[in-house]
Amino acid sequence: MQELSLGMRNGSSVQVRLPSELGFEKVAMSTAASMAALMGFTEDRIEDLKTAVAEACINAIEHGNQLNDSLTVGVVLSTSEDRLEVKVIDDGAGVNGAPHRPDIDRKVHGDEDPRGMGMFLIQSLVDEAEWHKGPPGKSFVRLVIRLDKENQ
Amino acid sequence: MQVSTKVNQRTATAGSGSPVTILEFAGDISSSSKDTILGAYHGANGAAGKILLDFSGVDYINSSGIAIIIQVLLEAEKAHNQTIGIFGLSPHFRKVFTMVGINKYAALHTDEASALAAM
Repeated sequence: MQELSLGMRNGSSVQVRLPSELGFEKVAMSTAASMAALMGFTEDRIEDLKTAVAEACINAIEHGNQLNDSLTVGVVLSTSEDRLEVKVIDDGAGVNGAPHRPDIDRKVHGDEDPRGMGMFLIQSLVDEAEWHKGPPGKSFVRLVIRLDKENQ
Repeated sequence: MQVSTKVNQRTATAGSGSPVTILEFAGDISSSSKDTILGAYHGANGAAGKILLDFSGVDYINSSGIAIIIQVLLEAEKAHNQTIGIFGLSPHFRKVFTMVGINKYAALHTDEASALAAM
């Protein structure tokens, strides 16, 4: 793995376009996992990234593009020396508010929707997560995992 | 395009000697799994007060899938006298289930033997 990470050029970028159909988030998830493995991330960090990327793509497909099959979700994965950045771009108006920590007591007693945990998982599993509002095709979430976290 | 969920139901005996229904999940657990999982739970519901959910054969779980598991816990809470346990999660999903707080309502066990011993 070390040889692979040394052989990967700093600043490499991969772009994927997904149909706005649930299930295709796994394509972005696999791509992110492959790039993270090439960079030398550990298995548990790769699992964190896979879940975060999947949740970001699901939000883009379901809420951003509202499952509209004429729209696509853009996924841009960029490497630098010590970090992997993933941008997930959709045609929605963007997200309002901060991620909400799920309240399991309220969920199990029917006082809170059992769903709605995606943003919380994203923020909890990566080193940086930012949601940007923009015009159609410009709203995105930006995720970063850093190699230096491996040693903490 | 979502991969379907399969559920197999079988019975085992808990450490306490009482019967336990085990629901073995396989495939993906996502928004499309709702009818399959809730249907299996409702089928097991009449048979046992102790139910174990086995994730050993699950390849992928997303937040919509976790929400379905929470729905099972909600129904178990309403039913009273029902114990739900979970085993077979990968270390990553054990962490995610704990982050969300599922472990407060369903104990997370490493494997079937430890789950049965605790039921």
